Amino acid sequence: MKQVLKESLPTNGDTSVLAGVYGPAEVKVSKEIFNKATLEVTLRPKIGLPGVAEKSRERLIRNTCEAVVLGALHPRTSITVVLQVVSDAGSLLACCLNAACMALVDAGVPMRALFCGVTCALDSDGTLLLDPTAKQEKEARAVLTFALDSVERKLLMSTTKGLYSDAELQQCLAAAQAASQHVFRFYRESLQRRYSKS
Amino acid sequence: MAEAAALVAESLAGYRARAARAVLEQVVLPGEELLLPGQEDGEGPGSAGERPLRLNAGARSGGRVVCGPGLRRCGDRLLVTKCGRLRHKEPGSGNGGGVYWVDSQQKRYVPVKGDHVIGIVTAKSGDIFKVDVGGSEPASLSYLSFEGATKRNRPNVQVGDLIYGQFVVANKDMEPEMVCIDSCGRANGMGVIGQDGLLFKVTLGLIRRLLAPDCEILQEVGKLYPLEIVFGMNGRIWVKAKTIQQTLILANILEACEHMTADQRKQIFSRLAES
Repeated sequence: MKQVLKESLPTNGDTSVLAGVYGPAEVKVSKEIFNKATLEVTLRPKIGLPGVAEKSRERLIRNTCEAVVLGALHPRTSITVVLQVVSDAGSLLACCLNAACMALVDAGVPMRALFCGVTCALDSDGTLLLDPTAKQEKEARAVLTFALDSVERKLLMSTTKGLYSDAELQQCLAAAQAASQHVFRFYRESLQRRYSKS
Repeated sequence: MAEAAALVAESLAGYRARAARAVLEQVVLPGEELLLPGQEDGEGPGSAGERPLRLNAGARSGGRVVCGPGLRRCGDRLLVTKCGRLRHKEPGSGNGGGVYWVDSQQKRYVPVKGDHVIGIVTAKSGDIFKVDVGGSEPASLSYLSFEGATKRNRPNVQVGDLIYGQFVVANKDMEPEMVCIDSCGRANGMGVIGQDGLLFKVTLGLIRRLLAPDCEILQEVGKLYPLEIVFGMNGRIWVKAKTIQQTLILANILEACEHMTADQRKQIFSRLAES
């Protein structure tokens, strides 16, 4: 099932990613794991062939999904998440994480919690910006992306780039945890809308 | 002091276990924890000051509660693993606490023992047919699992045939196995599905709705044209009417039923009945 998620939090422009999940499906014998599902993530950029940056993002998304999906219920199967970047205006990894989560929920893959991605940027004054645009990301001193789970807002994955202090990291994490509430509320509302039609 | 800290921590975490009975027929999300009827009082520090709403005050507590699809046991609570509406069925004979399950919308089928499904024969290897049922691996069907089949009298099954059968072995660790006879050895409607007709795929939720005891859609469809129809729990429907045009009309109606309200459906049926 396919889902489109738009990052419509206060930013200029829209980052948009299309996500599709296939599974639990057949897996090649070389890739099968005897006691849990094999999770594969493919991220395709808007233009050009997928490169090293896409590979590293795929790995981050895959590690997050593996922490949350109950793979033990479907051993020797494969669950494939395909992400296509439709437009990129900053905070791409967080948008991909949100799209992947919604697609997994929509496909009925059993999960132990929901997760969301939040990006923080620290500019040269030390001001914290949530969901920075591409321009803000380029000019920032540090860009931090966190994946948080829905049950207790615990940290599932973090990837950071740039210079920041220990205290700033804690600050960003706290701000991201507060912002994740909005994302989870959006999940809940859109899923309720979907089920209200039936 | 400890209570205040717990409250703050809770609002930050946004997590609160709710009573299962308070959330019946509502949409639940993966990660939510539900309390069973016997545990709603004295929940502990987590529910400081706020009690879950009880809709059914005179309920019995205790007895075994069955945890259906979409729910898993987590300690002494139920953990929701799929998104959907929470449903409950009271036990018929009075023992136990009934069944809780999550009604989710899904297209992918996972084999379950006892389900009747429509499969497509993909390979014949020795004494076993490999049948594609839409799951993660093909199911195996022995040539002896047909009514009246013996080693000398083999059933006439070719690659590409449609088979209606039920699972006898279907769990996450083993390859699924299906048969076309029931426990008494009779076919009971199972076996190779005849020539012609059309096979198409719908969501699993629609199949469950159509197979519910009092389904209006089926009755209305039956009044429209004479037809033969087979429902597989794996989301596949085989339909056959007198002419190809009628068959296609029926297939389109059944696929569209998913998204139509009852009024729209009645309009379409009355328009078709006139023409």
